[in-house]
Amino acid sequence: MRTRLITASALLLAGALALTACGSEEKKADQKVDQKPGKTLVVATHDSWAMDKKVMADFTAKTGITVKIQAQGDAGQLTNKLVLTKDEPIADAVFGIDNTFASRAIDEGVLSTYEPTLPATAKQFELQGEDAGSLTPVDYGDVCVNIDDTWFTKKGITPPKTLDDLASPTYKGLFVTPGATTSSPGLAFLLTTVAAYGDDWPSYWKKLVANDVKVDAGWTDAYTVDFTAGGGNGSKPIVLSYSSSPPFTVPKGGTEPTTSALLDTCFRQVEYAGVLRGAKNPKGAQLFIDFMLTREFQQALPDNMFVYPVDTTVPLPAGWDTWAKTATKPYTVDPAEVTEHRSDWLREWRDITTG
Amino acid sequence: MPRRTGAVVLAAIPLAVLVVFFLYPVAGMLDRGLRPDGHLDLGGVLDVLTRPRVHRVLWFTVWSAGLATALAVLLGVPVAFVLHRLRFRGQGLLRAVVVLPFVLPTVVVGVAFRQLIAQGGLLGGLDLDGTPVAILGALVFFNVGVVVRTVGALWEGLDHRAEEAAAALGATPRQVFTTVTLPALLPGIVSAASVVFLFCSTAFGVVLTLGGLRYANVETEIYLLTTQELDLTSAAALSILQLLVITVLLAGSHRARRGAVPHAHTAAARRPRRGDAGLVLLTAAVVGFLLTPMVSLVVASLRDQGGWSLQHYRDLQGDGEGNALLVTATTGLTHSLLVAVQAASFALLLGVLVAFLVSRRPRSPGAERLRALFDGVFMLPLGVSAVTLGFGFLITLDRPPLDLRTSPLLVPIAQAMVALPLVVRTVAPVLSSIDPRQREAAASLGAGPLRVLRDVDLPLAWRSLLAATGFAFAVSLGEFGATSFLARDDHPTLPVVIFRLISHPGEANFGMATAASVVLAVATTSVMLLVERLRVSSVGAF
Repeated sequence: MRTRLITASALLLAGALALTACGSEEKKADQKVDQKPGKTLVVATHDSWAMDKKVMADFTAKTGITVKIQAQGDAGQLTNKLVLTKDEPIADAVFGIDNTFASRAIDEGVLSTYEPTLPATAKQFELQGEDAGSLTPVDYGDVCVNIDDTWFTKKGITPPKTLDDLASPTYKGLFVTPGATTSSPGLAFLLTTVAAYGDDWPSYWKKLVANDVKVDAGWTDAYTVDFTAGGGNGSKPIVLSYSSSPPFTVPKGGTEPTTSALLDTCFRQVEYAGVLRGAKNPKGAQLFIDFMLTREFQQALPDNMFVYPVDTTVPLPAGWDTWAKTATKPYTVDPAEVTEHRSDWLREWRDITTG
Repeated sequence: MPRRTGAVVLAAIPLAVLVVFFLYPVAGMLDRGLRPDGHLDLGGVLDVLTRPRVHRVLWFTVWSAGLATALAVLLGVPVAFVLHRLRFRGQGLLRAVVVLPFVLPTVVVGVAFRQLIAQGGLLGGLDLDGTPVAILGALVFFNVGVVVRTVGALWEGLDHRAEEAAAALGATPRQVFTTVTLPALLPGIVSAASVVFLFCSTAFGVVLTLGGLRYANVETEIYLLTTQELDLTSAAALSILQLLVITVLLAGSHRARRGAVPHAHTAAARRPRRGDAGLVLLTAAVVGFLLTPMVSLVVASLRDQGGWSLQHYRDLQGDGEGNALLVTATTGLTHSLLVAVQAASFALLLGVLVAFLVSRRPRSPGAERLRALFDGVFMLPLGVSAVTLGFGFLITLDRPPLDLRTSPLLVPIAQAMVALPLVVRTVAPVLSSIDPRQREAAASLGAGPLRVLRDVDLPLAWRSLLAATGFAFAVSLGEFGATSFLARDDHPTLPVVIFRLISHPGEANFGMATAASVVLAVATTSVMLLVERLRVSSVGAF
């Protein structure tokens, strides 16, 4: 009896082991690739990563390096994951840390220094001081309030223009924004108000709440479900999105978008790339950062990630120069200040909006 | 003695898996929060629990989960009667529909629900968007099936002679129900209610999507604290609280289940009578409520440029507007199926071991306690924050010999941990309903343990094994929480593809997401219909 039972359990154990063995063999194959230094490069990105396959293939053709993209949530989650795993980094390079999270990543010692030669026009996007050595600017975008022009024309209401307008009774219940605690553009909008109103920003938000602002969890919810021109059956003609959103609302067969961005309400987000401290393939990471600054990659950015290349001499896609203009005077907050006050601001914001 | 050694060896395998892939990662994450600077900081933990915001979150969690549970029970019990005690055509389909929400990814349901109740939607006039009513509706939507299955399984096996005797003695139908039927069903109801409460209080995706930010429960709060604020101490404090509550609930559910003796025989179901009209109507209403978001999803997937079209389905062969995906949506589906096969086999292998052990009738009270503990420990993954587990994987399974972060088996393993309790709950009741005397008889006739398994247990249990595999397969197809943390974008599952599509701008991407959701729902429904054909009542019951 005893031996039979043991045989039975041995068989089961063998089964389980066989399963694990399959796994470890694949694992070994992975490691073999890793051992030839530099042949694969793991890049941690935010979820919005998208790139032409041809562009990525060109990088492989040029360098012999295959890039594995690992999306890790939004910019905040990406940064926090890198902080949590800094002892055993999950990637070699990172792309997508923005100016609202840059200081946290640098202060936590997630990055090693690398300073490639920047295109001349990209210098303006660099971080200040010694931080500049850790992160390389790759693209930028403006987070702006967008409006559904068709809706306003149809209703015969003058569309809003400024942040103050959003708090006016004319636009009561018409504005939807993703939350600052759950979404990167949402945080950018909170920073817009911090930059615009200084210490008075809480009273502005109280006015917004009194004006029935709708706060959603994510950009997707706000744009695709609540916005009147976002594909869903939304009912809010004012939404927080990007200055690059309008070109996507050109109807099929039409020539003009039905929405526009309010360029006086924008926060400038700059996205950076960097080499992770403890990377297995630091040389490959550096080559990839160099590649991200080439005209080929920079030119592919707008169509794939709806952002503007830091090399401003690169031509933009058709329509962008008219309908996806960037703000002339965007709002900004010093990254170091963001890191210092983020928790307090977010807590206060949350208390106002969820109260 | 030999029997005990065998049991210990058998128990060691699933326990080891549970320790490595669940307890260790969760403990690693808690450790980071409790010892931020290398020494234990209990003051910080207690401090978190005194914050007014935390009190608000706790209060919302308790009342939303409590109310949703009460509603699910009130609606679920009559539906259980209609779907499990009556007999009519199309019943199998309805039973599959009732469990379907449970296996659909929350990300899909969240969007479908919001489209429905947003001001321009079908139910827009009710003005439910952003209200707690919407959250309650979604929680009931997900969990009413659990009540129906659990209570229904018990009801089916209930000996109706007691009811008939009461009726013969002059009791009115209402008296029969309250004095005979209800007390017999009570263990099932309590068990279902505690599991539903557990699911509701740990609901994540729906609360985040439907609650906007005004309403947060413990689970969404842990998510925000961890991913956005990196406040691991607060997250650990809430996680520990969550674990404590779950343990209490599981213990309660265990006690309740002990009262329910499973019957092997199935009572004869009868055709509906005129007196059942009210209950049948209610069932129709509940099924309608469950189908509405899915129907609106199907409609959305077929609308393009103001007309009807299959364009969104054709688009699934591509990678979305603006290269939103790294691979095509169809590759995602293929990958989903592969992962589901692996996860289901894994869950079945482990689940059968656990079910086998927990279904033995222990000889001493000590062994009984051990068995109960063993049983309960495997239910824990049901109620622990996917965020904590996901991050735990990242920070603990990061060095040899357990450097699994990039292993292709990580996703199937994580999904198997989610499906494991469901497999155990499907198989264990069937195994424990086998009369031990049958095994003893076989053994005394000279059959070895393996032979007994093959000739006694297997013929009686194979249907439940198959059903459990199917159920685990369906759960894996729809799993989103843990998968979204672990899936690699070059190997995404279909729910991950859908999530990527809805988070990228462009109407075409949104259309593709609805089409992919419909494909996923059809795949899961087909699997659940096959499972339904096996007529194993314990599927989806607790």
